Amino acid sequence: MNFNSIKAIYKFEMARAVRTIMQSILAPVVSTSLYFIVFGAAIGSKISQLDGVPYGAFIIPGLMMLSVMTTSVNYAAFGIYLPKYTGSIYEMMSAPISAFEVIIGYVGAAATKSILISFLILLTATAFVSFEIQHPLWMLILLIITGITFSLFGFIIGLWASNWEKLQLIPLIVITPLVFLGGSFYSTSMLPVFWQTITKLNPIFYIINGFRWSFFGSSDVAIHISLFCMITFLLLCITVVSIIFKTGYKIRD
Amino acid sequence: MISIQNLNKVYDPNLIALAEISLEIKSGEIFALLGPNGAGKTTLISSICGLTRQTSGFIKVSGFDTIRNYKKTRSLIGLVPQEFPLENYESVIETVKFTRGLFGKNPDADYIEKILKSLKLWEKKNTPIIALSGGMKRRVLIAKALSHKPKILFLDEPTSGVDVQLRKEMWDLIIDLRKGGVTVILTTHYIKEAEIIADRVGILNRGKLLLVEEKKRLIKKFGKKVVSVELREKLYSIPKKLSKEKVSLSEDKNSIFFEVSNSDNKMGISNTLKIIAETGLSIKDIHTSESSLEDIFLEIIADEERH
Repeated sequence: MNFNSIKAIYKFEMARAVRTIMQSILAPVVSTSLYFIVFGAAIGSKISQLDGVPYGAFIIPGLMMLSVMTTSVNYAAFGIYLPKYTGSIYEMMSAPISAFEVIIGYVGAAATKSILISFLILLTATAFVSFEIQHPLWMLILLIITGITFSLFGFIIGLWASNWEKLQLIPLIVITPLVFLGGSFYSTSMLPVFWQTITKLNPIFYIINGFRWSFFGSSDVAIHISLFCMITFLLLCITVVSIIFKTGYKIRD
Repeated sequence: MISIQNLNKVYDPNLIALAEISLEIKSGEIFALLGPNGAGKTTLISSICGLTRQTSGFIKVSGFDTIRNYKKTRSLIGLVPQEFPLENYESVIETVKFTRGLFGKNPDADYIEKILKSLKLWEKKNTPIIALSGGMKRRVLIAKALSHKPKILFLDEPTSGVDVQLRKEMWDLIIDLRKGGVTVILTTHYIKEAEIIADRVGILNRGKLLLVEEKKRLIKKFGKKVVSVELREKLYSIPKKLSKEKVSLSEDKNSIFFEVSNSDNKMGISNTLKIIAETGLSIKDIHTSESSLEDIFLEIIADEERH
């Protein structure tokens, strides 16, 4: 294992976030505050409790998942797309580094950044609501799995994308709607039966509910089903990335 | 150092980038790959460096196969690409450090400082790439390629788009690298560059390697000397005695000239001059000019095109 190469990619990608540190910190703090003002104070005041949890606290896992999923996809996609766009990917391809090591570097950095931002959201939430995390270790494990999985997914998008529009396409028209419709801000018990069934077809619904379980000890879905969904998606992403590197798809002539 | 056997790269049946290339590059030499646009120079370099996968054939670097032992072969190679593929908002020093790390080396601040100073980049070490001139960017690419102390350096059109002074500095740098034991392989359109710094030359055209030869031997083998004899009086027709000597008359009728190949020019010149003297022509001056590597290159390419 070439640790120096992995470290070089990881540090290089982390430095990109440090260069835009204000944007990296301010954006999640402001957007989280807005969510709490709109959903927590304005709408939340009309909803007493969901599954025994105050509405303000109920949306925290959803907000964290929304953030970790979208930012990890964006960071990883951008991270690998930019060298493709500038041509500096020639270095990666001519360096004595395996595909696996490249993935660890990029995905590790994207997952780290997105997890740190989700913790920033958690910290911001404490200013608006009081809550307790029932299973903190599980919360951390699930957050890490989600961060890695969606970073891998973002990496695939970044490799696949041949222009800036394609780079934004999947996060905008697939990820964000699925996260919003996956129970980030509501319980399925609030929906009519038909829409409950539709929601259960959304894989992200299971991931968000697993994460919510780690906070409150209960959710719309059993934790083992959530874990199964997360690990299946993780393995799927690993398989696709491995095939891409093995075949050189969109990388090597 | 580099051994290439029967290398082929076919993009599609109508686009054969490399055809049956076999080539040996010796350790410590400066090897120039010459060829017109689309000849396959960059594809050949890309295949050796790992940017392109060959369709068939073998490439070995220091005895290691570039596919099976890619980590070993790539760690020996530094590549300076033709364009400026750099991330604009990175600083000079950070991008060079990144490449060193990417090639698996531990940080070495002293060595990075030495490279940047030798390339006159030290003063600009914290400057973002976007603020650098084209020449400076070229130097950054060289610094990156040298950051892991490669044994082999590939330079793809190293002096394209750089001014005369920087070009001279690049040549000096390449010669210094060779003195330090680095094998240098460069591609160039600028044949004069190969003539000045290369030890051996390979000529590619339409994916085929037409010849590989030591530069001096190539010039001797294919080069010609043109001898121009300026006359004191105008001459309106070539004397009979000179008709066998392939002597031509200049347009202004003031001189006659003939070609002698470099391989036998001594006898050729003296014989012809002796015959000119015997015709009684009054000689005012004699000039000679030798064909350059560029002339030879153009002739070889033209010959290939004819066939």
